[in-house]
Amino acid sequence: MMELHDKLVLALGERDGIPAQAIAACAESAGGRVVYAATQCFV
Amino acid sequence: MASGVKATLTTEPAPRAGAPAAGGIRPVVRAARFAIAHAPGLIAAGSKPRRELPARGEAEWRALHAHLRAFEDAVRYPPHQVMLGTLPPEALRRIARPWHERPVEGARAEGPAGRMLDEMEFYGWLTRADAASLLYVAPEFARAVQAFGGPERIQTMPTADLARAVERGAEPVRTARGELVGAVLPAHDQDASLAGSVLLENLAAKVTGGLALRALVEAAPAVDTPIDYLIGCGEEAVGDRYQRGGGNLAKAMGELAGVRTAGASDVKSFCAGPLHALLMAGALIASGVYRRVAVVAGGSLAKLGMKYRGHLAAGYPVLEDVLVGVAMDVVPDDGHSPILRLGAAAVHRVGDGGAPHQMARVLSAEPLRAAGLRLSDVDRYAVELHNPDITEPAGSGDVPYRNYQIIAALAVQAGEIERSAMDRFIDAHGMPGFAPTQGHIASAVAYLPHAIAGLTDGPLRRVQFVAKGSLFLGRMTNMADGVSLLLERNGTPPAGGRSA
Repeated sequence: MMELHDKLVLALGERDGIPAQAIAACAESAGGRVVYAATQCFV
Repeated sequence: MASGVKATLTTEPAPRAGAPAAGGIRPVVRAARFAIAHAPGLIAAGSKPRRELPARGEAEWRALHAHLRAFEDAVRYPPHQVMLGTLPPEALRRIARPWHERPVEGARAEGPAGRMLDEMEFYGWLTRADAASLLYVAPEFARAVQAFGGPERIQTMPTADLARAVERGAEPVRTARGELVGAVLPAHDQDASLAGSVLLENLAAKVTGGLALRALVEAAPAVDTPIDYLIGCGEEAVGDRYQRGGGNLAKAMGELAGVRTAGASDVKSFCAGPLHALLMAGALIASGVYRRVAVVAGGSLAKLGMKYRGHLAAGYPVLEDVLVGVAMDVVPDDGHSPILRLGAAAVHRVGDGGAPHQMARVLSAEPLRAAGLRLSDVDRYAVELHNPDITEPAGSGDVPYRNYQIIAALAVQAGEIERSAMDRFIDAHGMPGFAPTQGHIASAVAYLPHAIAGLTDGPLRRVQFVAKGSLFLGRMTNMADGVSLLLERNGTPPAGGRSA
């Protein structure tokens, strides 16, 4: 378990995994402040 | 507008892609061919090596060169034999990894799904395909290329002049040994879209797609329906400063392949382009607009050596040393070839969610359900079929396996299988990845020749192709894209749903 309240969050997603927007939404709902979100494709 | 009709720019939601063809003509996918060019000398022109090698210095160059494969080793590489159609993908399960340590003895450079070209033959075709006369080679290399069947007329330039041209911005063409043998001159001093590097990338795509198309035409019956239309779907961007990515490389490929009967255009959607193009080809056949449509795509030079650093770290050869072109033949029902079931196709829509389970539901489960089919009714799923020996050393994991896990999870969710049976489902309905990381080629269509064989002379009844495209890489949206198509054995009775 990670405490995200008031933490700055870099959300790095992956196309065949979890998109950055989904990670960002989860992080924000846990009180984190998303400062960067990007989805990557590694193939 | 009739009175009483509300004037509005909104419409009812469009039906899922693939409403049954009104004309009643059922499209089939008759054949597919690959042209696989071994291009170790161009690995340095791939995007990643182009950025990393100058930054890391001479030692990195030496390490890269020490890990290049000979053509014979690339031919004997088991995943390449799967691409050529001499081994089924499932055979890779019985071959210990890493596969480059288990060469296929007696392997040949051709098979029912296509053929491989060595560097010399590929460079010969580059000179042949250079319509703008911007590729120059050294005189002695021109003679060597001609001895390997290259064209009679090749533009030459002394090696010292080639070197000077490269210093002034021309794109070098080197052999696997690192020898400078040619250069592509920029077509315009101030146009980044016509830089030598871009032109070489586009020329390589033209050659590999054109040769795949040639192979497709040569494999067809002697007296055959002419190709009416070509749809290009590769990852290159052909154009100049005023129309970057203007496209229609398909027409250039048709010219190179001698297909004089065809009109052409390109369809783009990153790696999902080929399935969009096949869907459109099927629709053009079903509507009766055209009698025969070939979908074509060339290889991606930018992706050569994309994961070379992982390969060097693992002590592997640099496995991303081939460019792959593809050509696919779509015609009206011939009573034999697999049916492209337009009614069971799906595209990922703007309003669909982008999480993996949402994409899998939209692309795999929903179109099957609409066709009266269960996930278990599909014998094989052709997904992102990237070779894990290429991706895992670079930390990208086993991409096809991750895709299969999601489809198996949907089967659990649908109550078709128990959770404990997911691995058995994956074994039965999936396959190991085998495709070079050539983006749009690895995205499902790598399996097409095997699917056609399995759905005609083999035991398969249905194969679903699922491709995804990383639209977000272009920075115009955060969305991905996706397409799925269902190929079905000709003569299969409808499974309760509508048939195409």
